[in-house]
Amino acid sequence: MEGFLDVALLAMLVITALGILRVRNLFGVVMLGGIYSFLSASLFMVMDAVDVAFTETAVGAGISTVLALATLALVGSEQSPKRHSSILPLIVVFITGAALIYGTLDMPRYGEADNPIHLHVAPEYIEGTREDIQIPNVVSAVLASYRGYDTMGETTVVFTAAVGVMILIGDLRRRKRKEEAE
Amino acid sequence: MRNEVILRVAAKVLIPFILIFGLYVQFHGEVSPGGGFQAGVICAAAFILYGLVFGLETAQKVLPLGVARALAALGVLIYSGTGVVSLFLGAKFLDYDVLAHDPMHGQHYGIMSVEMGVLVTVFGVMVVIFYAFAGRETSR
Repeated sequence: MEGFLDVALLAMLVITALGILRVRNLFGVVMLGGIYSFLSASLFMVMDAVDVAFTETAVGAGISTVLALATLALVGSEQSPKRHSSILPLIVVFITGAALIYGTLDMPRYGEADNPIHLHVAPEYIEGTREDIQIPNVVSAVLASYRGYDTMGETTVVFTAAVGVMILIGDLRRRKRKEEAE
Repeated sequence: MRNEVILRVAAKVLIPFILIFGLYVQFHGEVSPGGGFQAGVICAAAFILYGLVFGLETAQKVLPLGVARALAALGVLIYSGTGVVSLFLGAKFLDYDVLAHDPMHGQHYGIMSVEMGVLVTVFGVMVVIFYAFAGRETSR
């Protein structure tokens, strides 16, 4: 059953990606992007990564779609026709894809109990969460306690993103002043 | 979109529930999926819905741009402040064991505090970015 779900979701993911490539109307592209995000969230669900699926739905399908639509309101929703041939990009994509697939060849099998990732710190985290922190959601314990530094870095990255957006397009006061000067 | 009656009514009905769900995700994060990041995004989504339906000016009356900016910074401050507090209590940076008499409760307080920091930052950042995009639209 799970195998069937995987195949079906991945097939729909590929179809959506091809749709994004073919559709010229950018409004449709944004909507397909939202669908792509929901499909990846479903894949994460199948892999039991509920927290990741949650984030993907909220950020990828929710906020990103709104921001992409806001961008469309600024730049128009028709893609300009392409002027160069697509042979070189196609070659680059094939080489990159082949390299990525080659990279998966010596990866450990998905979900095996004795994979390196399950043998390093994970058992300690699971035991520790049960005994020292005593909360049921191990993901929360790992994110906020065991990997507190990483999460602090992530929070700072999110903050930095806002600073970047403010510097690039957010400074209304300066723009108004500039308009008045003109 | 200010004249669309159905949108206005639907938004008014939905927004409280979205906010409650966001807070549920925040405070229930230790037993169910979710945490500060997801909760912040959900709360920001509720507010962005408000801004989309009722207009940017109304939204900025509720939450001025300066406040959103301050929230974005405040969250990082809460997070790193938790680390500094544990530092002053004689433990390592972000070691929550010392925040209460019982290390287990200390862990709970610490996790809650940093998750609150994440919530505040993510909410502020999402609103700031939305204001930046939407503000450009109206300035044309």
